[in-house]
Amino acid sequence: MPDPMKIRANSVGDSTEVKVLMSHEMETGQRKDAAGKTVPAWFIQTVNVAHNGKTVLNAQWGPAIAKNPFLSFKFKGGAKGDKVQITWVDNKGEKRTDEAVIG
Amino acid sequence: MNTTRRDVLKKGSGMTLLGLLAAAGWLKPEEAAAQAWNKNAFDAKTMDETMKAFGGGAPAQSKDIAFVSTPDIAENGAVVPIGVTSAVPKTESIAILIEKNPNMLAASFEIPAGTDPSISTRVKMGQSSNVYALVKADGKYYIASKEIKVTLGGCGG
Repeated sequence: MPDPMKIRANSVGDSTEVKVLMSHEMETGQRKDAAGKTVPAWFIQTVNVAHNGKTVLNAQWGPAIAKNPFLSFKFKGGAKGDKVQITWVDNKGEKRTDEAVIG
Repeated sequence: MNTTRRDVLKKGSGMTLLGLLAAAGWLKPEEAAAQAWNKNAFDAKTMDETMKAFGGGAPAQSKDIAFVSTPDIAENGAVVPIGVTSAVPKTESIAILIEKNPNMLAASFEIPAGTDPSISTRVKMGQSSNVYALVKADGKYYIASKEIKVTLGGCGG
C-alpha cells in the first residue's frame, strides 16, 4: 500500500491553494541497479484533484517528474472545512487517493 | 469471482486498466475517461513529435508565459523546481518539456475553468537544457523557454 500523500489546502482570499507531496519512486526506467540490471520504469501517470466532486486539476505525468512528486496550484472557490481529494494512478495500475480539509 | 486485481493486473496496458478499474467501481467512469495517458506524447523525443501527439501545429512564441521560482542553475538535476504561469487568455493546459531529456514531455496539466493557470512542480533533468512551457489556449498552442544549467544530472546516468 503506497504511503499517504501530504496535502495542504489553504483558503487564500476567494481561492484555495493546494500543495501536495506524494510518495513515489518515479523510476525512469533508465537507471541500472548495482548488479547492472535496468530498473524498470515505475511512475505516476495520472493525477486528479477534485473539490466537492468537481475536478480542479487533471495531470498526466512522465517519469521525468522528480521522485516524491511535489505539486502546487490554486483554484477559485473552496471554503474552510471543504474537502479536496487527490488521486494518482501509476503505470503499474496502482492507485492512491487521499483527502484533505481546506484550512 | 468478480473482476479482481488478478484480472486487472493481467491486462497491463494503461487504457484497458483504467477501463477495468472504472468497471470495478474503483474509479468513477468520468475520471477514468478523462485520464487516458497520452503514450505517444510521452514517448516523443522531439518538439515536432510531441506536437503531433497533441494534434497541434508549431506553437507560437509568447511573452505571456512565465517561469516562476525556477532556477537558472540547478545544483541537483534529480530535483529541479519548475513553476509556470500563463497569462494567455483561455488557457486550457500547461505542459512542461525538457529538450535534452530522453523524452521531452515531463508533464501536462489540464486547467479547468476556475483553476489558476499556474503550476509548480519538480522535474528531473539529465543535463543542462532548454525547458519549454507549452500552453494550449483557445485551441492554439503557445510556448516560452528558459535555459536551466544542471551541475549534477538527474536521470541516473
